[in-house]
Amino acid sequence: MGAVELRGFGWRHAGRKAWAVRGADLRIEHGERVLLLGPSGAGKSTLLAALAGLLPEDSGEQEGLVEIDGLDPRKARERVGIVFQDPETQLVMARSGDDVAFGLENRGVPADEIWPRVDEALRRVGFPYGRDRPTAALSGGEQQRLALAGALALRPDLLLLDEPTANLDPVGAILVREAIATALRPDTTLILVEHRVAEALPLVDRVVVLAPGGGISADGTPDAVFDRHGETLAAAGVWVPGRPVTPRPARTAPGDPLLAAEGLGLPPRLAPTDLTVRANEALAVLGPNGAGKSTLALLLGGLLKPGAGGVSASTTLAGRDAATPPHRWRAPALTRRIGSVFQDPEHQFVTSTVFDELALGPRRTGRSETETRSIVDELLGRLRLDRLAGANPYTLSGGEARRLSVATALATAPRLLVLDEPTFGQDRRTWIELVELLAALRDAGHGIVTVTHDADFVAALADRTVTLDRSVTR
Amino acid sequence: MTELPRGAPVADNNAPLARRNPVAKLAAALLFSLTLIATIDPVAPAVAIAIELAVLPLFGVRYRTLARRAWPLLASALGIVVTLVLFAAERTGTVLLTVGPVAVTTGVLADALGLALRVIAVALPGVMVFATTDPTDLADALIQNAKASPRFAIGALAAFRLLPLLSVEWQMLSMARRARGVDAGRNPLARLRIFASTAFALLVGAIRRGTRLATAMDARGFDAGTPRTLARQQRFTAADAALVAGAVALAALALTVSIVLGTFRPLIS
Repeated sequence: MGAVELRGFGWRHAGRKAWAVRGADLRIEHGERVLLLGPSGAGKSTLLAALAGLLPEDSGEQEGLVEIDGLDPRKARERVGIVFQDPETQLVMARSGDDVAFGLENRGVPADEIWPRVDEALRRVGFPYGRDRPTAALSGGEQQRLALAGALALRPDLLLLDEPTANLDPVGAILVREAIATALRPDTTLILVEHRVAEALPLVDRVVVLAPGGGISADGTPDAVFDRHGETLAAAGVWVPGRPVTPRPARTAPGDPLLAAEGLGLPPRLAPTDLTVRANEALAVLGPNGAGKSTLALLLGGLLKPGAGGVSASTTLAGRDAATPPHRWRAPALTRRIGSVFQDPEHQFVTSTVFDELALGPRRTGRSETETRSIVDELLGRLRLDRLAGANPYTLSGGEARRLSVATALATAPRLLVLDEPTFGQDRRTWIELVELLAALRDAGHGIVTVTHDADFVAALADRTVTLDRSVTR
Repeated sequence: MTELPRGAPVADNNAPLARRNPVAKLAAALLFSLTLIATIDPVAPAVAIAIELAVLPLFGVRYRTLARRAWPLLASALGIVVTLVLFAAERTGTVLLTVGPVAVTTGVLADALGLALRVIAVALPGVMVFATTDPTDLADALIQNAKASPRFAIGALAAFRLLPLLSVEWQMLSMARRARGVDAGRNPLARLRIFASTAFALLVGAIRRGTRLATAMDARGFDAGTPRTLARQQRFTAADAALVAGAVALAALALTVSIVLGTFRPLIS
């Protein structure tokens, strides 16, 4: 049970010109553990949605065949469980136990069997609390383990995991991977989509790579696939294990101070913190979830009013305005000096095309239309966005949206850049581009502050680190 | 984040009336409030408020908690009094006080007070129900005892969970706009434009999140046509029926007092 058969399968979402996935031929046997790879846009998520029976017939056009145990996936939904990326939008109920029970109720499991099965599922994923624990009080890693329990309680023959750890910090990601490793029954078929290949390999025995234009470009054991196709896959953006990225240390010593925080805090989100940001320097802010890293980024970016202490700009950064703290500057003045890049790129988009998005900053800060056009053209080329100038920012892929969000901050040429988790969920290609870009900016005299969990990113770029600890009681 | 989400019950769960079936509490509150709408005199709502405050301990709600929850209600009642005293067209009765063009008469004061008391008396039962009822229990009871469709009740419950995210999202969107160089300064028109564009972005984000949640619910077999079973039982007992009957009797008492005192003024006369 839980065998998957694809023959020339393709799917095109209604209203789209391009096929999301096409020409897929694949057979997965009962109990196999498969890692599904492919560059962003190759159709991994669409394929999982098709297998989960979540593509209604009227929502697009299908070609070829997709079957689970010889059935149309829409008719085999009881055999399939799926866990998505975002913990926030897959928990339904307010209490943890109720959430696991939700699926069992929907499937009509008799009432007296529900709670024993809930408890069993919670135990299998190592859920550390009782059934009554509010789902809102769980960390991201705990929420994902709960989502996994909710899927497993239904005893699926085929389990689909769509980047289940992409939104989590390293500690949370380890918790979820451990839960997957221990909770799966030997006879459950697994298909896992995951960017971070090295971490996912212990969970799988087969790797399948989707080609961006359609079809399957590699299939076999992890060793065989990476030996033969490692080079091509890495170039396409897959995190092939054992291929480290060259570090980019600073070429010059740190320059003038740009921004200083003294006793800067915002109770209860951030305990008082001291730090100085300099030109020609990349500073990484580390620390566990809940230590207030994102809050610190917003405070340094002049976007939040400090609750304690303060932020002061140097004259190098702000000229005569150095006497006033950044959170009181007018927005156009702020954006010329400090550029903020948010964790979720979509929060930042204000206009309806990529071109206007990049032009917004220069226009707001009083550049002429000719100047604006040349700034935008230069950035479009530099960040490989030129073919997307007319596209709506909300339709971009994860990597493209991230590049655009960084580019919008660069458009007003601020001397200081503050980035919150810029490498979250990025493929290898975008990741390397970001490191190269930020290293070049630093060597050109900019100051870079990055809030991050990504140890590889810190090793590749950071000249200095500051670690916040979780000292504030929440 | 240990802070309770807004709207979570704040009452002592062991209080005799807090434990009653959520549908019974909702029905009692609705019947009690509806009866009061029948009259526009100040006496009936005043008696009703006295009754409401008297039964409050039976629901396990402390007076301080109620005051904290109900302050917007008190503020709006005060607003009604001020507005009516200043702008009422009909100024009957004796003049008590004249401030500039405003003559405060007994008639105006009685009307204003009556309306303000009515707003409080009608709304308090609702405040009490939601202060003593867990949303999950309410959804369960609506499905099991009031035959509401699970599609509606569970769907609303899931959407309710996403609500607190909206205020965080609004803050992020506003800060992101400032980071992009967009602010209004002292220009009210620009402020309105930014407000509209932020609200639109919030809406787009909410729809995307709602769609993702719906897909996740779908994947777990929600609304797939299989008859649902129930993990949590809600029972409608004789005590619940008694609560509803008691509410009707007390509302009738408030009206009777008003009729006996001769102050009763039916809404439709």
